[in-house]
Amino acid sequence: MKVVVDMNKCQDHGQCVFASPDVFSMDDEGRLLYVSDPDESLRDEVEEAADVCPLQAIRIEA
Amino acid sequence: MPAAPSPVPVTGRVVVAGASMGGLRAAEQLRAAGWTGAITVVGDEPHMPYNRPPLSKEVLAGKASFDSLAFTPKAAAADVEWRLGSPVAAARLAERTLDLADGSTLAFDGLVVATGMRPRRLGCPGPTEGRHTVRTLADAQALRDALTRPGVRVVVIGAGFIGCEVAATAVGLGVREVTVVDPLPLPMVGPLGEAPARALLRRHEERGVRFALGTGVAGFEGVGGAEGGEDRVTGVVLSDGRVLPADVVVESVGSVANTEWLDGNRLDLTDGALTDEQLRVGGLPYVVAVGDVARFPNARYDGVPRRVEHWSIPTDTAKHAAKVLTAQLAGFEVCLPAFAPLPTFWSDQHDFRLQSFGAPALGKGDVRVLDGDPDGDRDGDVLFGYHRGGHLVGVVALGGQAAAMGAAKYRAQLLKQPALTA
Ligand SMILES: Cc1cc2nc3c(=O)[nH]c(=O)nc-3n(C[C@H](O)[C@H](O)[C@H](O)COP(=O)(O)OP(=O)(O)OC[C@H]3O[C@@H](n4cnc5c(N)ncnc54)[C@H](O)[C@@H]3O)c2cc1C
Ligand code: SF4
Repeated sequence: MKVVVDMNKCQDHGQCVFASPDVFSMDDEGRLLYVSDPDESLRDEVEEAADVCPLQAIRIEA
Repeated sequence: MPAAPSPVPVTGRVVVAGASMGGLRAAEQLRAAGWTGAITVVGDEPHMPYNRPPLSKEVLAGKASFDSLAFTPKAAAADVEWRLGSPVAAARLAERTLDLADGSTLAFDGLVVATGMRPRRLGCPGPTEGRHTVRTLADAQALRDALTRPGVRVVVIGAGFIGCEVAATAVGLGVREVTVVDPLPLPMVGPLGEAPARALLRRHEERGVRFALGTGVAGFEGVGGAEGGEDRVTGVVLSDGRVLPADVVVESVGSVANTEWLDGNRLDLTDGALTDEQLRVGGLPYVVAVGDVARFPNARYDGVPRRVEHWSIPTDTAKHAAKVLTAQLAGFEVCLPAFAPLPTFWSDQHDFRLQSFGAPALGKGDVRVLDGDPDGDRDGDVLFGYHRGGHLVGVVALGGQAAAMGAAKYRAQLLKQPALTA
């Protein structure tokens, strides 16, 4: 699957990290890092991450 | 009760009343729970569901466009029917029928109550022009137009989170006179407790917001209007007799649940729609409530039903309620654990963020500083822990990104905590 985070929208809330720690993480400065092509088996948690992002910055493209 | 989201071989119609975040999430989660019948969402506002938090922040500041707020519905919800721009007028739950304001009726097998809140208005008579609230896109647009006129003086009535955000955004826009009025002695003291509220007050004052605390509003002054009436607000009269000149007034004095359409069905509608621990309304197996309007007991805490106006709640309630409704419409017993979300809340004000996990209001009597110094330098991060019966029940961070991440470290602990008993 393909994940895109609109970094213009993202405000580093980190809610996605709780929902899907395999795909989203924070660096030492508190900036978001993410895997853009996670395994299909992670779809549920990535959808959950997209739901809980306060800025609605996460798109699942395929 | 289906364990996994396997399609439930049931036809029929679920109607969702309210087309905002709660309504959208309910429709999506019904599909995720296996509901294969029709879904119709009826909404009062003319728009597809959009995200409200930016209305008092980025949108008001002119940093986000109105179009950027629309939620992108999940693909599974593509066949949902949206009936927008006209409210549900009345419900006859025993007959499973809704009367819409456009004169039509709509039969349902299952109903999701997702009609949310509207701003409470001050009872004081007087001029109406220049008085604003912030709940909808239209509200935010009108307030932005008013705040960007040169030289305006702004009075915000109510120092809750929306009032504090609007005041901060107004200062950020360059408005020189912004005063927040509240009968309580500190901003957001209800949800936060005294020490954190004092730290919040200081941050606001240092950034140019003025406060008139410990006093209510007695009325408004105004000018203009036909036949010597007073149409446009020029000042706010405080209960202590002072008059604050004002061109723009923002009323942020809490909200009222949109439940009038449910009247006459023998429901408990005092402060929202009362639900049981599975989010069912009125003991009916085919009616559930989600989002701000739901007054639900949280099995994580003391079992007292409360409404929770946090952005995380529409999604959490929708997930649970959709499973319950889908199971019951398919004729299964509900054997889910009682609903027990961990509330999370944030609020952006000036250059800092308030980040909360858990239920700080339940532990206001025992607030401890977990990190930082609330009386220290102006930009220091502070982390407060809220306790009840010696247990940590909530954390609130005040400051920058690092503070919010500090609060997040306690999230796992809050999740593991045994349920509080009343
Ligand atoms: C300005 C603002 C800023 C916020 N900021 C934050 C924040 O920073 N952090 C946070 O955690 N939370 C925040 N929130 C709270 C969060 O946005 C709400 O909790 C959330 O919007 C609730 O969604 P809901 O769908 O339950 O209700 P609502 O969004 O209120 O939606 C209810 C919908 O139902 C419609 N409706 C009402 N009556 C009827 C009827 N009879 N028939 C049909 N439709 C009807 C309404 O028009 C509305 O569209 C903020 C809220 C506002 C207003
Ligand atoms: S939840 Fe959204 S805003 Fe927060 S870090 Fe993740 S993508 Fe960014």
